[in-house]
Amino acid sequence: MNKYKRITLDGLIFQNPTLMLVLGTCPTLALIKSATSAAGMGLTVLVVLTLSNIIISALRKVIPNAVRIPCYIVVIATLVTFVRMVLEKFLPSLYDSLGGFLALIVVNCIILGRAEAFANKHTVLESAVDGIANGLGFTCALTLMGIICEFFGSGSLFGLKIMNFKIAMLATPAGAFLVYGLAIAVFTYVLDCFEKSKRVKANRIARENLLKEGA
Amino acid sequence: MSTFIAIVLAAVLTNNFITNKTYGICPFLGVSKKTSSALGMGVAVTVVMALATLVTYPIYTYVMVPLGFDFLEIIFFIFIIASLVQMLEMIIKKISPPLYNAMGVYLPLITTNCAVLGVTELVIGDMSAIIGTAAMNVGWAVLYAFFAGIGFTLVMIIMSGLREKLNYYKTPKALTGFPTAMVTACFICMAFMVFTI
Repeated sequence: MNKYKRITLDGLIFQNPTLMLVLGTCPTLALIKSATSAAGMGLTVLVVLTLSNIIISALRKVIPNAVRIPCYIVVIATLVTFVRMVLEKFLPSLYDSLGGFLALIVVNCIILGRAEAFANKHTVLESAVDGIANGLGFTCALTLMGIICEFFGSGSLFGLKIMNFKIAMLATPAGAFLVYGLAIAVFTYVLDCFEKSKRVKANRIARENLLKEGA
Repeated sequence: MSTFIAIVLAAVLTNNFITNKTYGICPFLGVSKKTSSALGMGVAVTVVMALATLVTYPIYTYVMVPLGFDFLEIIFFIFIIASLVQMLEMIIKKISPPLYNAMGVYLPLITTNCAVLGVTELVIGDMSAIIGTAAMNVGWAVLYAFFAGIGFTLVMIIMSGLREKLNYYKTPKALTGFPTAMVTACFICMAFMVFTI
């Protein structure tokens, strides 16, 4: 159980694909101007990533090592084509808001990165958990930044008008760069503080143990 | 002639791939620490974008659409791009080793660059906002791809110049690296916004 907990925490926080590893930046920057499209992109990637992790991990003993990257790309491209058809048919509004970035999920480094770094070495169940955790990490980061950008950039939340005040710059690529950069800075700072406090606590316990032994 | 100018201006300035469409951000942030490497990456991307469009646009228009399997475009395009990049790498390695040493390291990275797949997807879509009523053809498609690559290179060089200077300043620990680069990119985007207003 501990193993799955570690995989989940890594995907969500310590190895968060968006905020820690800074992967898959193009869709992030293009879509965080609206929280709805950011969340939609996150969930689409979550589905594609989980399915591709499962398939690649199931085929990991069959795929020859020398041609593994083209094989991964075929699997991912097929999944993206499939997801794109489903979205076009059942969620046309999301399909329109994602635009060209739906096709560009194929070259999203998160998916190929997880296939190469995780799915080809681990079991199907572990890879599925890893896919869901990383997809959720991506979705949460995108939705959070989307909420900030949309709230201040257009004065609305998930398409609902809230206030008339707005800083139009935050709804452009320039604002997306700014919010993304500051989000990374805040995230690393908080994580640093957290790890520092953990280290201090461990040191104190070790010192107390030493003192007890001395006494 | 007016279509030509419209395409050039749109591709380089108003619809710049990095500052307006945010395509190809991974190399923009990853390879922009030095001007020489930024230039190498920019040239490699420009060449691959133009060549990829030259191959995919005719295949899509004259083979895939008439035969009715245009829904497989993503799989076909990514395969064409991957094999093209591989071929280009082998050819450059054979005919010009110095060029290979300068540019070769960037070529494998280009396969997973969204700017290349993005431009091939863009030119088969609706381009009427840029070329107006003129009919789309291979020539305009390749021209657009080539100048989009030039626009990409331009922003890469501006960014690398700024980052080389930024190396001399001390930044807070949490802001070092990506956050500083992104705030710098934010200012470049704001500068490019004058072309769109």
